[in-house]
Amino acid sequence: MAEAKRIERPLSPFMFVQYYRLQLTAVTSVMIRITGNAMMVAVLLLIWWLLALAAGPEYFETAEWWITSFVGDLIMFGSLWAIWYHYLGGLRHLVFDAGKGLDIETAEKLGWICVYGSVVLTILTVIIIWL
Amino acid sequence: MRYITDRKRAVGKGSAHTGAEHHWFMIVSSVALAFMMPAWIFIFGNALGSGYDAALATMSRPFPAILTALVLIVGMMHFHKGGRVMIEDYTAGTTRKVLIMAYVAFSYVMIACGLFALVKIAL
Repeated sequence: MAEAKRIERPLSPFMFVQYYRLQLTAVTSVMIRITGNAMMVAVLLLIWWLLALAAGPEYFETAEWWITSFVGDLIMFGSLWAIWYHYLGGLRHLVFDAGKGLDIETAEKLGWICVYGSVVLTILTVIIIWL
Repeated sequence: MRYITDRKRAVGKGSAHTGAEHHWFMIVSSVALAFMMPAWIFIFGNALGSGYDAALATMSRPFPAILTALVLIVGMMHFHKGGRVMIEDYTAGTTRKVLIMAYVAFSYVMIACGLFALVKIAL
């Protein structure tokens, strides 16, 4: 086996808890991972709802009671925010992948757009669906 | 003097060792989902809590049914491949392999259950 030359590599930003001061761009980025993974709960509930709808009216009553209960509403409302945050964060990464918006000022501005934009879109969605 | 190029030296050094195609899949599926999700959120949001008959009527119409199937398939592929990026960043060895398998299994089970329900509702 050839002797591999040791190369000084930059410190991974995943070490940010120990060595890295938390920054808006890092927090808004890791939030995409958290929201994306957290949506697995909503997926489970959605599939349960679809299977119950296919199973018939009696079972559907049970499933929908749980999904539209207080806890169910809380999960659905949280997932709605999560999906909008993930949506805006994903668009931000499409901009970054295109090599644009990478200067600190623009990157931070895009981060704040994700934070505030997701809240605005969540409220708008709730208003549109409930009216 | 070394004849190996900088690129060749860098290939395989990331936490996942490979992944340009993987990243490209995430970009393509994210653009697809960006177009589909707003319409789907509106359809599902209206169907949820509307009662059995109304929900059944919505989900047996072609557009809501096909859109739900597409969101489910593309969404779950995006989910398990996106989750894999995270798993490869934070874990290694057996833990990494088991977690990747769990994410893939969860996604395919959700796709299969969802499609079964959609077909049963539509027929």
